[in-house]
Amino acid sequence: MNLKTEANGSRMIIFVHEERLDAHNSEELKAEMNRLFAAGSKELIVDLKDVRFIDSSGLGVLVSGFKNASTRQGSLKLASLQTQVKSMFELTRLHRVFDIFQTVDEALDS
Amino acid sequence: MKNEIEIKIRVPNQTRYLSLIGKIGENMVREVCCLQNNKVSFAHNLNVVLTEAMTNAIKHANAADPDKEVQIHISVTEKELDVRVYDSGQGFDLNSIPCPAFDSDCLNETGRGIFIIRSLMDSVVYRKLKCGNVLEMKKVLK
Repeated sequence: MNLKTEANGSRMIIFVHEERLDAHNSEELKAEMNRLFAAGSKELIVDLKDVRFIDSSGLGVLVSGFKNASTRQGSLKLASLQTQVKSMFELTRLHRVFDIFQTVDEALDS
Repeated sequence: MKNEIEIKIRVPNQTRYLSLIGKIGENMVREVCCLQNNKVSFAHNLNVVLTEAMTNAIKHANAADPDKEVQIHISVTEKELDVRVYDSGQGFDLNSIPCPAFDSDCLNETGRGIFIIRSLMDSVVYRKLKCGNVLEMKKVLK
């Protein structure tokens, strides 16, 4: 899976450079988030600009990261969702759970 | 002019084929389906439905056995989309899978696949066959 992680102060930004986040590759994102949590990070931003497809497995991995961050009194924010990806959050009501921002910069300013 | 397509595909029981099958279904709707207004959205939804149904077959029905296989039949007419995903495993009870309770279980990491399929299709039936099972999903187009 093509992931790129950048630090911005205490916050870590994971850029998912994949067209799909699904049952085949989403565990790799989970492993990267868990690696960052284990290293002491509490505030993550996941940029989904390149992702045009997400399934229930991809959503589940983001929920896992959200819960992990919350347990550490941190946060997991989402940025740059394409229309079809956003519709999957709405279908599963998960748009009520996550803080979703238009861009990574907006997530950083929040 | 007749405008119908039926395809049958057989792939190994591995998640690496999810993208291939999903894209085939998506492109099929874009080329054939006579929906006027929301063709792009519906094509994407079929990609989602195929991905969820195949994942279910691979991980649950076929118990992630890489030596098994999954068969997919997709037929599109002007009136109906019919998708069937065949597995060769023990199967599962579709009716035992609860609908996610959005208030209390919103933070469950699993259990949304069948809900998503049911939300996007008009009918969903899982039945036992002589050798395996089939998840049949239909959507009325007109």
